[in-house]
Amino acid sequence: MEIRYNSAAQALIASHFPWAPSPTRKAMQKQGLRQTDSVLPSTSAPGATQTEQPLDEQRLLEALRKGNEATFVSLLNRYHGSLIRLAMAHVSDRSVAEEVVQETWLGVLEGLDRFEGRSSLKTWIFRILTNKAKTRGIRESRHVSFSAVSASDDNLEEPAVDPARFQTSGFWVDHWASPPRSWDEGTPEKLLLSKETSVYLEEAIQALPPNLRQVLIMRDVEGLSSKEVCALLEISETNQRVLLHRARSKVRRALERYLEGGNRQA
Amino acid sequence: MNREELRLHVIDTLAGKVTCKEFTEAITDYLEGKLSFLFWLRFQMHLGMCLGCRIYLRQMKQTINKLGHLPNDPIPPAVREELLQRFRTWKTK
Repeated sequence: MEIRYNSAAQALIASHFPWAPSPTRKAMQKQGLRQTDSVLPSTSAPGATQTEQPLDEQRLLEALRKGNEATFVSLLNRYHGSLIRLAMAHVSDRSVAEEVVQETWLGVLEGLDRFEGRSSLKTWIFRILTNKAKTRGIRESRHVSFSAVSASDDNLEEPAVDPARFQTSGFWVDHWASPPRSWDEGTPEKLLLSKETSVYLEEAIQALPPNLRQVLIMRDVEGLSSKEVCALLEISETNQRVLLHRARSKVRRALERYLEGGNRQA
Repeated sequence: MNREELRLHVIDTLAGKVTCKEFTEAITDYLEGKLSFLFWLRFQMHLGMCLGCRIYLRQMKQTINKLGHLPNDPIPPAVREELLQRFRTWKTK
């Protein structure tokens, strides 16, 4: 027998009883699987079930180790852009980022025979990049030291929303004085989906302080889990969440300015 | 206490004094499922009553969704060729 809960109850159950079977989580897992496009077109069926996922990666590794060029090319196509973006979060120069990514690919080739599949291939490649970028960054002394990140940092103290948008006195103090306007109707919605907005968003990401940028790219752009990001950047989960929160809030603000026309050039 | 004051008092008690400002600061913890049960409940109740915060939450989700669908730059053909050459060397090693 299946008990049906409304969405609020489902969310409640899912957040407090992670082991409980939940229709939402199952749906989310399915969605997640659909999003992961396989690099091996010949072996992946569109209706791949959960257990096939590691197998696919296993096949991919075998193909790579055997020297299958098509597989290597699809790997390049799939991750090169992501790696460039991620490298840009560590070193602020495009040409240096490109070099770091080249080094990363060579590192991938070197380590391929030793890779045991304890993490996903993506995380492993990202780890190689992070290490190369760190070494490079230290050499150029542009790397952000994470131990230096504390709650007293300027960019962590900054509120998520401009304080001027809240009421400053009265019964409704700290409630919206000028609430956000929905993006779901008319121009903002169309604009949100446009390519132009993607370009603007990339600029907004690049404008973030490096530590916020790294976490945002890994979590929201590349879809790594918080655990993976904490391990890669060697930060605590709380710290990761604070950085992510600041980064997301800043990007939402930038997007709001853009969609509502305040900062649009064209 | 007049009717209006009583109404506001009841709302305030139920909502546990979650202000919109607090809401915007707790939003990532909420999305990450890291709120305590009590705060989660207050968060939900605030959400139910406050249109501004519902829009804010929706915008946050739209922002995250857009971030997850950014197109990647394609790999320049020259770089791809060079790396492929490296792959061939690696293969014969």
